[in-house]
Amino acid sequence: MDDSIVGRTYPPGPPHEVTEASVRAFVEATGASYAGGPAPATYPIVPAFDAMMTFLDAEQVDLSRIVHGAQEFRHERPVVPGDVLTVALTVASLRVIGGNAIVGTRSEVTDADGALVCTGTATLVHRAGEEA
Amino acid sequence: MAEQLAPATYRVTREALVAYAAASGDHNPIHQDEEVARSVGLPGVIAHGMYTLALAARYVDEVAGEPGRIASIGAKFTKPVVVPAEGVDVEVAGTRKDDGSIAVTVTCDGVAVLGRCVAVLRA
Repeated sequence: MDDSIVGRTYPPGPPHEVTEASVRAFVEATGASYAGGPAPATYPIVPAFDAMMTFLDAEQVDLSRIVHGAQEFRHERPVVPGDVLTVALTVASLRVIGGNAIVGTRSEVTDADGALVCTGTATLVHRAGEEA
Repeated sequence: MAEQLAPATYRVTREALVAYAAASGDHNPIHQDEEVARSVGLPGVIAHGMYTLALAARYVDEVAGEPGRIASIGAKFTKPVVVPAEGVDVEVAGTRKDDGSIAVTVTCDGVAVLGRCVAVLRA
């Protein structure tokens, strides 16, 4: 990966339908219980992870060489069951340090009306390999 | 004055990581399979960074008294949480700062695993 990918936006995958069951599964995996209502603040990683895979596939990068360095979500509103979410991922920055590429991504998560629900920012470290 | 919030202890198990992989779509085997994790130089199965951040968000939701109040949350994944077959406890603690944001620490075996974890609640 090099500078040329900065500013590139990847086509969104299929929309992600948020259901009570999908939120419950996410909540219960963290050992908490779910009584309905909003999804946890980090739930948007579900469609955002898909978007990240689309990005990595497009750049022919293997997930096993990626370390998730940091993640933040800023919400315009909570995600709730019934939402249909679409993610557009843009490469915001890229630095190369010691052969490793430090990639900053911005994922805009929008609902069925196209309104922004939240923005995810991630730092992905692409570890140098033999062909780097 | 910053206010110290009561800490919480959460148990992390491999079963929970398998459930989280299914719920999140992140099926990277380093979070499930000891052999694969060791083959890439890890000390064992490690929790997803996002799993650890989800525990921080769970803590903030518990502090807030209800879900859906977190306006933003983020962290650096500074150290892995190694999860042995019998599971491991993580300690989560928070400090409410003067600006209303909550600084969260997550430690495992006394080592901080998240860096600069901060949550902001909506009013």
